[in-house]
Amino acid sequence: MFFLDHIWLIPLFPAFGAAMMFFFGRRLQKATVSAVCVGVVVVAFLFACFTVVEYTHFAHGTGQPFEKIVYTWLGSGDGHLNFVRRDGTLASFNADAGFLLDPLSSIWLLFVTGVGMLIHIYSTGYMAHEGGYYRFFGYMNLFMFSMLTLILANNYMLLFVGWEGVGLCSYLLIGFYFHRKSASDAANKAFIVNRIGDAGFILGALTLAWFFGSFRFTDINSLARNGTFASADIHILTIAALLLFVGACGKSAQIPLYIWLPDAMEGPTPVSALIHAATMVTAGVYMVARSNAVFVLAPTAMKTVAIIGALTAVFAASIGLVQNDIKRVLAYSTVSQLGYMFLALGVGAFAAGVFHVFTHAFFKALLFLGSGSVIHAMSGEQDMRNMGNLRGRIPTTFKTMFIATLAIAGIPPLAGFFSKDEILWQAYRSAYGGFPYLWLIGFGTALMTAFYMARLIFLTFYGQPRMSHEVEHHIHESPKSMTGPLVVLAVCSVCAGWLGVPASLGGTNPFGKFLEPVFAHEASVAEVEPQEPAGEEHRGLEWTLMLLSVGAAVVGGGWAHHYYAKAGKDYKEPIAVDAPPLYTLLYNKYFVDEGYDYVFTGRRKVGDIRLGAMGAGEASSWFDAKVIDGAVNDVGWVTRAVATLSTWWDKWIIDGVCVNGPAILARMISYPARLFEWGLVQWYALVMVAGLLGFGVYYVWK
Amino acid sequence: MAEITTLHYLVVAAALFVLGVIGVLTRRNVVIVLMSIELILNAVNLNLVAFSRMWGNLHGQLFAIFIVVDAAAEAAAGLGILIAFFRNKETVNVDEIDLLKW
Repeated sequence: MFFLDHIWLIPLFPAFGAAMMFFFGRRLQKATVSAVCVGVVVVAFLFACFTVVEYTHFAHGTGQPFEKIVYTWLGSGDGHLNFVRRDGTLASFNADAGFLLDPLSSIWLLFVTGVGMLIHIYSTGYMAHEGGYYRFFGYMNLFMFSMLTLILANNYMLLFVGWEGVGLCSYLLIGFYFHRKSASDAANKAFIVNRIGDAGFILGALTLAWFFGSFRFTDINSLARNGTFASADIHILTIAALLLFVGACGKSAQIPLYIWLPDAMEGPTPVSALIHAATMVTAGVYMVARSNAVFVLAPTAMKTVAIIGALTAVFAASIGLVQNDIKRVLAYSTVSQLGYMFLALGVGAFAAGVFHVFTHAFFKALLFLGSGSVIHAMSGEQDMRNMGNLRGRIPTTFKTMFIATLAIAGIPPLAGFFSKDEILWQAYRSAYGGFPYLWLIGFGTALMTAFYMARLIFLTFYGQPRMSHEVEHHIHESPKSMTGPLVVLAVCSVCAGWLGVPASLGGTNPFGKFLEPVFAHEASVAEVEPQEPAGEEHRGLEWTLMLLSVGAAVVGGGWAHHYYAKAGKDYKEPIAVDAPPLYTLLYNKYFVDEGYDYVFTGRRKVGDIRLGAMGAGEASSWFDAKVIDGAVNDVGWVTRAVATLSTWWDKWIIDGVCVNGPAILARMISYPARLFEWGLVQWYALVMVAGLLGFGVYYVWK
Repeated sequence: MAEITTLHYLVVAAALFVLGVIGVLTRRNVVIVLMSIELILNAVNLNLVAFSRMWGNLHGQLFAIFIVVDAAAEAAAGLGILIAFFRNKETVNVDEIDLLKW
């Protein structure tokens, strides 16, 4: 039990690396930085492996969650900090620094640390000549810490800490080349769009706490599974589930909040692989899967998730058909695959969704790392129009990327085939709300996926070289530190799917079985028995659908081969040739960014009116300047007028009449008296003498 | 040779008094005015001494000595004021000493 009891150490390893980089990174050699930062992730990975092995012994296949509470983080736990629940009873506000390990978090734990480790190793090669080496690895370690906190948290509050942490690291790493305006704008965009989702998430989590009286997953799940709910309760749970899904839309780039992910490709390529393809963007899927007990109580929310997922899948895939930037194609592919995952969650096939997250992590990370290797070889060129015929020049990159492309396109027996077909099959027939037209959307997406991935491969590795001579001269295979992870990921992309071979193909689906305890109740609610031996017509239908989707993959690849395999300098986009307006629409991403600029950000005006945030800003500014300041100025004017009047009154009436008036009167009265006092002393004396003489004369003559 | 009578003294004293009054009234220099006041006081002294002689007792003489002391005190105070004043106005002209007039 050593590893399980010390599960809290797993996030702390990368946190230690991040802290080292934060305090001492500037002074360390690149080799030291690599050793520390890659080392802590390797340690975390090994620790995670041992922990999961111990967990399987602990749970004995029952899927019983292991919970380790280190200390009470928020609240008091002794009932001093209470809040009123919906039913009027008091509940203690309490969130622990607690760690939860169950099959769901085990899977995330393994592939996050595993893929994270490979990408860290790759980064030592990719970033070798970049400035800010320690900064990059510090952020990457911080990201690993946040992501591990997110997936190991045992309550919504701690999950939110990880949730915000990965958002912050995403921001920091997208803006890694912060001297480039586009990168800094993209970072801001990602952060702000995510903030909308985060607001939804925290509101949803608080609604759940208000309803159930706890933030803890185990409490909420058992209450949700064992309770009976009136329809008013179901409405509240629907709102809570939809709010959580808003958070998932932000983090996992679903309509309408997907717009940040393609722009996030401004970050270094390993970041795109780790954060914006393999791990962070699946946090939304994780959170919805984690809240499955709540979601299944709210059919409306489930339907919303399924429909949004399906729409996002086809929408993003169609944009990906015509993009020229190699990383942008992959970005739209990621959005599209995330749509698949939400489609699976929405139709109640949680295990299938998680399985796709798992396989997708390998082949999408591989595709991004491969594209990084291509960009590395092309001296920074990302535009596929300027590539071509690279397969002989960078053979390892080519082979591994080719495998990943087969995997994502759904060619058996590679990983993507099993996970994607499981989703399509469940979308077709899940009693939860499977609709044939959701399958149809998924099928169309599969066709497009095969096309745009094959297009990427053909434009990059086949055809005629279209780059400048100088660039061509510098093409070289990447160092071992980069190709090594590619090979490992390629092996995983081939084999990962074998963990989930469905019963219809003679497999036992150990992956699904492992997850079963987490979702078992949901499956029984949905009356879908995953292990139920399907009837012959079901099995026949399943095989038909499988054949159809494999056929779609082959056809999509074949079309791409037809149009791009021999692409020269003047190759034409088939869509641009056949339907120019459609091409313009797709090439400009359905003008969604522009639309958002009109409606939400207000960067563009509708006629003379500005809407959205800037519109609100302008309106507030106008209101402030005209109404608030106007009122202030009017009050000021009145005060001044009163003051003027008051001054006049004081000056002329108070001072003039009342104070100076008596004084003037006194002066006027005293004037005659003053005349006697003219100030010449000798004259006074003369008068006195004259008076004396006068008296003398008077008495003498009398 | 006729005897010097009280009347003679009184005439001299009256002449002295008139001289003093004329000095006080006509001179513009404060020092001269003070000296003239001394003349007036001495005229009074002469009268007192003359009447003392006439009556054959010392009452008048006693008054005269008081007046001499008084005159000395008055001269000291007057000259002191005058010096203080001169420091401020740099003049001893009576016509210009009119600060108390408003």
